[in-house]
Amino acid sequence: MTHFIDRRLNPKGKSLANRQRFLRRARAQIREAVQKSLKDAAVADIGKERKVRISTKGTKEPRFRLDPRAGGEHDFVLPGNKEFTPGDEIKKPRTADAGGTGKQAADYAEGEDDFEFTMTQDEILDIFFEDLELPNLVRTTLKETPSKVWKRAGITTAGSPTQINLIRTMRNAFGRRLALKRPSLSELEKLQAELEALEEQRSDSDETREKIAALKERIAKMEAKRKWIGFIDPVDVRFNAFTEQPVPTSQAVMFCLMDVSGSMGEREKDLAKRFYMLLHLFLKRRYEKVDVVFIRHTHDAQEVDEQEFFYSRQSGGTIVSTALEKMLEIQKERYATADWNIYAAQASDGYTQSGDARRCVEMLNGEIMPLCQYYAYIEILDEREMEVFASEDSGAELWRAYRTVAELWPNFATKRISKPADIFPVFHDLFKKTEASA
Amino acid sequence: MSGPLFTEAEWDFATLERTYKAIEEIALNDLKLDVYPNQIEVISSEQMLDAYSSLGMPLLYSHWSFGKLFAREETLYRHGYSALAYEIVINSSPCISYLLEENTMTMQALVMAHAAFGHNHFFKNNYLFRQWTNAEGILDYLAFAKKYIAACEERHGRGEVEAILDSAHALMDQGVFRYRRPPKPSRERAAEKRRKRSEYEEEAYNELWRTLPAGVEPPAAPPIIDPEEDFDGDMKLPEENLLYFLEKHSPSLKAWQRETLRIVRNLAQYFYPQKQTKVMNEGCATFVHHTIMNLLYDRGLIGEGSIFEFLHSHTSVVFQPDFDDKRFSGINPYALGFAMMSDIKRVCTEPTSEDRDWFPQIAGSGDWVGALKDAWENYRDESFIEQYLSPKVMRDFRMFALFDKADEAAYRVSSIHNEQGFRRVRAALARQYDVGAADPNIQVTGADLKGNRKLQLEHRMHRGIPLHASTREAVLQHVERLWGHEVVLEEIADGA
Repeated sequence: MTHFIDRRLNPKGKSLANRQRFLRRARAQIREAVQKSLKDAAVADIGKERKVRISTKGTKEPRFRLDPRAGGEHDFVLPGNKEFTPGDEIKKPRTADAGGTGKQAADYAEGEDDFEFTMTQDEILDIFFEDLELPNLVRTTLKETPSKVWKRAGITTAGSPTQINLIRTMRNAFGRRLALKRPSLSELEKLQAELEALEEQRSDSDETREKIAALKERIAKMEAKRKWIGFIDPVDVRFNAFTEQPVPTSQAVMFCLMDVSGSMGEREKDLAKRFYMLLHLFLKRRYEKVDVVFIRHTHDAQEVDEQEFFYSRQSGGTIVSTALEKMLEIQKERYATADWNIYAAQASDGYTQSGDARRCVEMLNGEIMPLCQYYAYIEILDEREMEVFASEDSGAELWRAYRTVAELWPNFATKRISKPADIFPVFHDLFKKTEASA
Repeated sequence: MSGPLFTEAEWDFATLERTYKAIEEIALNDLKLDVYPNQIEVISSEQMLDAYSSLGMPLLYSHWSFGKLFAREETLYRHGYSALAYEIVINSSPCISYLLEENTMTMQALVMAHAAFGHNHFFKNNYLFRQWTNAEGILDYLAFAKKYIAACEERHGRGEVEAILDSAHALMDQGVFRYRRPPKPSRERAAEKRRKRSEYEEEAYNELWRTLPAGVEPPAAPPIIDPEEDFDGDMKLPEENLLYFLEKHSPSLKAWQRETLRIVRNLAQYFYPQKQTKVMNEGCATFVHHTIMNLLYDRGLIGEGSIFEFLHSHTSVVFQPDFDDKRFSGINPYALGFAMMSDIKRVCTEPTSEDRDWFPQIAGSGDWVGALKDAWENYRDESFIEQYLSPKVMRDFRMFALFDKADEAAYRVSSIHNEQGFRRVRAALARQYDVGAADPNIQVTGADLKGNRKLQLEHRMHRGIPLHASTREAVLQHVERLWGHEVVLEEIADGA
């Protein structure tokens, strides 16, 4: 007896649970690897599916193993002899020279190399944004129109056809048919077959005629019964019920302010964009209800959409305060503080028109900081500048000005970035989960 | 005689069925094979990868190491570094073989002959499998294991269970009985025990325990008294099965942890015969598919195209690169097994005078089917090579033996494939396949349960080869976790 079984339609991904366990286990290595690979990624590729190469540290599976290199003697057989005769000597390959004590030899003996595998976007972002959150998020006042979600709420007898619950409906119908003894189609067909068989005999005896008549009557009854006991009756039909449930939400808006003036070179712009890309992904992934407002400025500020913010080129002079004005204007228009948590992230190279820095500080201290839950300022330097401004206290005009703001407001953070590798640690610092806010 | 069974590369279930019948006829009538009932399952490549990463078993408990295996295999496969195996076959009754859906019809025929008859016959008849594995019970046992581990995770937390499994996996190679057979519970007894265990699971489960603050332990499951095993605290030392010893005598394990060790130990024992018969198992399957495919062709059941496709794939399976070839990664068990078995057939039917000297019992007997079946039944790799490796095969493979001493800068060629060397090369190769010599010989020699609870292990070195130092320390940490107290491992030189 052989069985052929087609398993192709069986669920795939049986190993998914094991994969998740493995990712959790190798978390530290993976995070390191993802960060490293992110450094070289193009702006648009951040957060895309990617290959990561991780070391086997932490996911080693040691077993007792013999180490013939460390001592002792043994014989072994190889195929493919060409010119050797007994007594010949073959130099051992170089890894063996270390005698099993060197690192290379030890790694080799363990037989486990680092290895590479592909992670999906979700997996990467999960690891990426683990332990991060928007600081100081508070429940905003309950608005007149709290947001609602539809939740399953059992079964009802009324509803729209799209929400029919087939399993329940068929179960009810089946029970009713059983209870009322509705003749099944196969029973009917059996009688009809019998009838046909009798009719084909073409015998004229009374007995046959009686039988035919009796059968016809039974069939008629059966058909009638089948007609008045429907296969599915309106009383059987059930629908999935949904009810609306209000959910308390905390609404938040993130203002992204970016300097795109001429003093920001391609490299600086690229760094800023990477930072915002990360921020944008983080918000999209973690907070369903976060509005993001993109503002870019030269000597003049504009609100732009995502596409333009990340990909368009524009240049000009620098007046940072225009961006702050724009932000305030938009906030007044659309995001009342009673209903919204307000966040802002500003990126700049730290240069602005002389005197403008003072105006920025006034605006921040006077108007913006009282509104904001959190304000992050990221200054983008080149590596030479980073060396010059090694101390936190020294810096360009804007940096020095903003330091005074930071002293006044605990929810004002300043950070510096000079190379792609800085972005992630800075991002992590800015949005680290704190115990107090949890 | 009817026409060929199939002409197209595409397969369908009707063709599979028809071809299976034809293969079965040859297997049972011409080769007189004796097989478990077959269950053949068609799966996709992704499912094949899934199967890979659970050690080829259709179901297995969850553990991160299987996820690691999957990630590695998947990458290798996607990048084309390694092709998927055409088939996986499970030593169970019914014997389950997987066919990959992308295979052509010729490949499906080859795989059916290879797995459903070759491996299947070997599993059912080889003495190691007959004595040590329970083909009827394995799938039930795996289902039990999966459920049990999942229940433990639910109750004791994933981290706890993972830690025990990590430690148990590290000792898997030392978790088998090599010489002494474990008492084999009868099927009913096993089922009864399973029932008791799961009943206990249900009884002991109490919703209340979930509401207790962390740190409060639910009551430990009492060990299920097993009348078939002498659990009287009397240790029989030395003990070679470390997992068994720890399961029975560790002073610090809870009942569920002992049961977990037992599951891993049973799994290790189940795979142990496969480890000892790689050459024979693959050789048997390869020889069977080769014979069957050729007979199908001779009888006009498959066409020229098919036989060429088969030969192409067969030759790549039995390809043996030379030692200095960059493709070389050890002796290919398919190649060696197939060569030796084809050679047994040759010795039976067309012996030379050399064969008559070396194999007087079978040379010229003509009954190659009988000779092969006898070999498949009663040998493992080591003894099979010692008994049957002929000078002709050694010459064909151009085998030579090397002597390696750790502190010397060069290997010394000790014997080659010539009249003086045949026996020595053969003995060296046989030794190479002796798992007893390849795995370190580690035994429990003492455990002070009344005093400081120190556990003593001994590694009896073979020809002075020590354990690999860093993995030794890592594994010892695992032993300590399971024992709960100090563990020392002493390495003892030969003859000491």
